[in-house]
Amino acid sequence: MKYEVVMGLETHAELDTKSKLFCGCSTKFGSEPNTQTCPICLGLPGVLPVMNKKAFEHSLKAALALHCEISKFTNFDRKSYYYPDLPKNYQTSQNYFNIGNNGYVDIVVKGKEKRIDIHNVHLEEEAGKLVHPETTGANYSLVDFNRAGVPLLEVVTQPDMRSVDEVESYMQTLRNILLYIGVSDCKMQEGSLRFEVSISLREKGSNILGNRVEIKNLNSMKAVLKVIAYEISRQGSLLDKGEDVLMETRLWDDVDSVSRRMRSKEEAHDYRYFPEPDLVPVWIDQGWIDETQATIPELPVDRHRRFVNEYTISDYDAGVLTEDKPLADYFEECVKMSQDSPKELSNWIINDVLRELNERKTNVQDFAISPEMLVELIKIKPTIGSSIAKDVFIEMINTGKTATSIVKEKDLTQMDDVSELDDVVTKVIEENSKAAEDYRLGKKSALAFLIGQTMKITKGKANPKILTEIFKERLSADPK
Amino acid sequence: MDISVKEIEHIANLSRITLAVDEKNIFAKQLTNILDYIEKLNELDTDDVQPMAYATSLKNVFREDELKSSFSRQEILELSPSSANGFFKVPKVIE
Repeated sequence: MKYEVVMGLETHAELDTKSKLFCGCSTKFGSEPNTQTCPICLGLPGVLPVMNKKAFEHSLKAALALHCEISKFTNFDRKSYYYPDLPKNYQTSQNYFNIGNNGYVDIVVKGKEKRIDIHNVHLEEEAGKLVHPETTGANYSLVDFNRAGVPLLEVVTQPDMRSVDEVESYMQTLRNILLYIGVSDCKMQEGSLRFEVSISLREKGSNILGNRVEIKNLNSMKAVLKVIAYEISRQGSLLDKGEDVLMETRLWDDVDSVSRRMRSKEEAHDYRYFPEPDLVPVWIDQGWIDETQATIPELPVDRHRRFVNEYTISDYDAGVLTEDKPLADYFEECVKMSQDSPKELSNWIINDVLRELNERKTNVQDFAISPEMLVELIKIKPTIGSSIAKDVFIEMINTGKTATSIVKEKDLTQMDDVSELDDVVTKVIEENSKAAEDYRLGKKSALAFLIGQTMKITKGKANPKILTEIFKERLSADPK
Repeated sequence: MDISVKEIEHIANLSRITLAVDEKNIFAKQLTNILDYIEKLNELDTDDVQPMAYATSLKNVFREDELKSSFSRQEILELSPSSANGFFKVPKVIE
């Protein structure tokens, strides 16, 4: 492609609080419409909003985790526009003194680190939700204000991203950070995390930014990636024809997979920001910053690096483990308790634990096997063999019992006594003399059959390594 | 500072109000007068004065993140000109 794509992202994340930003109404998702409203979040005359401390602290924490410079003085501004989902006709947001400015996020793309600069991080309130009736000819829309006034964090990047991969990595990294520091549940299907992307193209090697197109209405990461591909081709073909790309806001239509121009009426940006007179400013002193900084856990990208260095697991494995904080915690708890190698533990978690979590649609916090139980299973694995260990693992999930008690109950301890196995082998060779003969004559696959027969008799308990050795010895040394 | 009729039309549009031609002229003149009056403040030397957005010295006023009961839906919806199925009903907003 002869064009370079330049992208920036705006992210909105609903902050995890019990009550709304300025009133005591619940932030619970999915309630009956308009059951979580009051005169404050509906913007009735004469009310006085008071800031939710938790929401402010969450924002400060996010700004610090994104390495922002923290403003000593912050305030809130009214952003005026008329839209039916905004009961006050203005949104309380921050424009002049954001909580955080000039931060960054380190992302990893194909094993390489890249720094994405953050322009600002600020706190604002959510709008309500519009419902458009499907009925043909319906000339109305419906409004639910339960969401109006829910605290919302906005994170704005610089136009630093140059590829779909970078955008994808940024979205996942940011999501992980917000989850790690516990400020948002980031559930995209509930709209708690939303992205807007701005895209422009320019000739490769050019320093001048092309006309920027902003895309809204992206309700999944997949939609973001789809719209980027769409816009690259749409803008590219305009430029190819020598036409201009219009600076505009477009809406993504997920059903038809196209972006469409927003009506200019909706686009008229004249927000007339001015300081919110009903709220007082917030001063953030160094003590408060230090206190908040101390509550930020090790961030995913740092943890990822440490897992590779400290536990010598692969970059890929470290990535999978650190993608989810509870999963990374689970792994580290196992490492702490176990004598087995972190690599072995990581294999179990990535292959077996994750598979079962996915299949059972649950998460590691609710998983039936605690780190302690997994460590015990891996510890006794040599006495039962790998294949039985996998069965015991499933049994543990289904019954909640420990590996040791399952092994005891079902008498699953591996047979690795040579003379005991020898007796079984003698019996198997006698009963399957044809297969034994085939093997002697050079048909290697006959061995697998014989081992299979032995496993049947021993209910899978025979140590396969010792068994193979015995068979090989018997069937070559025996001159019969 | 002169406020033009065009600016008046823009402000009226943002505020969703319709003005008659003579009203536009009156408001243009009145707003110009108001801004000229405020303009007097520019005669003062404010180089060393920090901009002030708040008249009180209050700062850092918060409430704890605690739930309070919301208003009853019926009571809230009764305040609106139109409602349906627990929703506020408004003129259609998408094309």
